[in-house]
Amino acid sequence: MKLTLKIWRQKGPSDKGQMVTYPIDNIDGDMSFLEMMDILNEELIVKGEDPVAFDHDCREGICGMCSLFINGEAHGPDRAVTTCQLHMRKFNDGDTIYIEPWRAKAFPVIKDLVVNRGAFDRIMASGGFVSVNTSGNTVDANAIPVSKIDADKAFEAATCIGCGACVASCVNASAMLFVSAKVSQLALLPQGQVEAKQRVLNMVQTMDEEGFGNCTNTGACAVECPKEISLDNIARMNREYFKGMISAE
Amino acid sequence: MSKSVLLKSSIAKKYWMAFTGLFLCLFLVGHLLGNLQLFASGEEGRRAFNEYAYFMQHNPLIKVMSYVTYLSILFHAIDGILLAVQNKKARPVQYAVNNAASNSSSASRKMAVLGSIILIFIVTHMVNFWAKMHFGGLNLHKVEISVPNAPKPQELYITTNQNYIPVEQVEVRDETMFYNKEVNIKIGEGYKDLHSAVMAFFGKEAHGMKANPLAWLGVLLYTIAMAVLSFHLMHGFAAAFQTLGLRHPRYTPIIANVGKAFSIVVPALFAIIPLYIFFS
Ligand code: HEM
Ligand code: SF4
Ligand code: FES
Repeated sequence: MKLTLKIWRQKGPSDKGQMVTYPIDNIDGDMSFLEMMDILNEELIVKGEDPVAFDHDCREGICGMCSLFINGEAHGPDRAVTTCQLHMRKFNDGDTIYIEPWRAKAFPVIKDLVVNRGAFDRIMASGGFVSVNTSGNTVDANAIPVSKIDADKAFEAATCIGCGACVASCVNASAMLFVSAKVSQLALLPQGQVEAKQRVLNMVQTMDEEGFGNCTNTGACAVECPKEISLDNIARMNREYFKGMISAE
Repeated sequence: MSKSVLLKSSIAKKYWMAFTGLFLCLFLVGHLLGNLQLFASGEEGRRAFNEYAYFMQHNPLIKVMSYVTYLSILFHAIDGILLAVQNKKARPVQYAVNNAASNSSSASRKMAVLGSIILIFIVTHMVNFWAKMHFGGLNLHKVEISVPNAPKPQELYITTNQNYIPVEQVEVRDETMFYNKEVNIKIGEGYKDLHSAVMAFFGKEAHGMKANPLAWLGVLLYTIAMAVLSFHLMHGFAAAFQTLGLRHPRYTPIIANVGKAFSIVVPALFAIIPLYIFFS
């Protein structure tokens, strides 16, 4: 496959940045999108140019590091996959592919296609945890009965890998899907009840302070989410928040 | 209550959007039921409509509801614009290519634009009809009855206690109050002829009200405004339930369908009325 890549290049956080065109050839349909990026970078290094910076780690769709906005969609045109799991067979010979970083005030660009997603970490630190006894007599989690339905829902919410595609896709750069997944995975389980009310209030407050937008229920996040996190979680967080808002002390 | 009550957080602001939005949907139903009376033609239709308008202006319960409606519109609009401004700020740099159509409806992404158009419509609509009803500018409901052997027909006011008073016998004070010309006592109250004002606005000369020469423009803009409302509700109706956390595999599909039907039927019925007046 012969392709034309249009890639966002930005030297650093304060650089203005611009789209730069790179032709690339000999791309195989079985390659992953990131392998294609590797080939481009090897060519750039040989030419003595600065390689394109992009985030990645596991390359098997579980770590949430890869984060490219490809042809106007987070993680590209395929559904339920991360960028690292996107195959080049989804594209055609001669295609022009636009590659951009996540765009959000809360996710400032560090370099090229790499953004700082520390805002997600600060949201987690403000409430995305449960208090457990670590004094050596920890109770087996399975000793507490949990309904199968709730266990499944909590598990599904917990599959969120924190990639930020939801924010990137949302017209409002809202982080509701991420935050609601993290609130839900704990709110659904007995272990999460202890801090439940304060957790949702604190996480939403941090979310707002970090400069994410407000949800208008477009549903774009759930469509683009590589883990197919459902809008059910946002509705659940809206309920949890109401409970917290009217009754937390 | 905690620190984040009411308007502090994004989610609390959204509860208010959803709550006021759904209340405004209820208001639309009430308003529509009133307007549908404009289909009844002739003197009877005119009278029924003007009596209804009088009732709406004077019933204490309706008065309370109308203040809640004004507040809801204000609050919904201010809150909506606040949210929209924050949303714009949340993405300072736009994408070079954004294929948003692949993941969301355009109405859902354009709620603030649609809402702002509706707001402009509401303001002009209130100037055209509501202000006249509340601050004057309407004739009183009167009928002409031809009397045998008389040179010209007799003009009569209709009073709110269902009497007829000859026009020349009374003096009108405070817009609608009839006072006897000889002895200074109040003898009745008249109806404002909102019906004829509406007919005239949409192009039909009625009872001394001249047909609006720009009626075609009024009808056109009204119809466009209703189309915009339809898109706003196409997304907004079901979205409000999601915002309030009312989501359930059994009921959400029903809510979605009711929302679709509501957002087509209600604005369509509103729009048919001026079209009917204009073209009949
Ligand atoms: C009769 C008139 C109106 C009705 C029935 C109505 C109804 C609704 C409903 C049901 C929603 C969904 C709320 C949610 O997503 O939770 C909504 C959202 C919205 N409305 Fe209206 N609306 C009306 C007029 C307006 C006006 C005048 C504005 C003025 C700017 C406006 C701006 C908005 C905005 C910006 C949203 C999106 C809010 C969000 O989801 O964050 N609307 N509307
Ligand atoms: S909800 Fe989905 S899109 Fe958002 S961070 Fe989690 S995995 Fe990524
Ligand atoms: S690199 Fe880990 S999910 Fe893509």
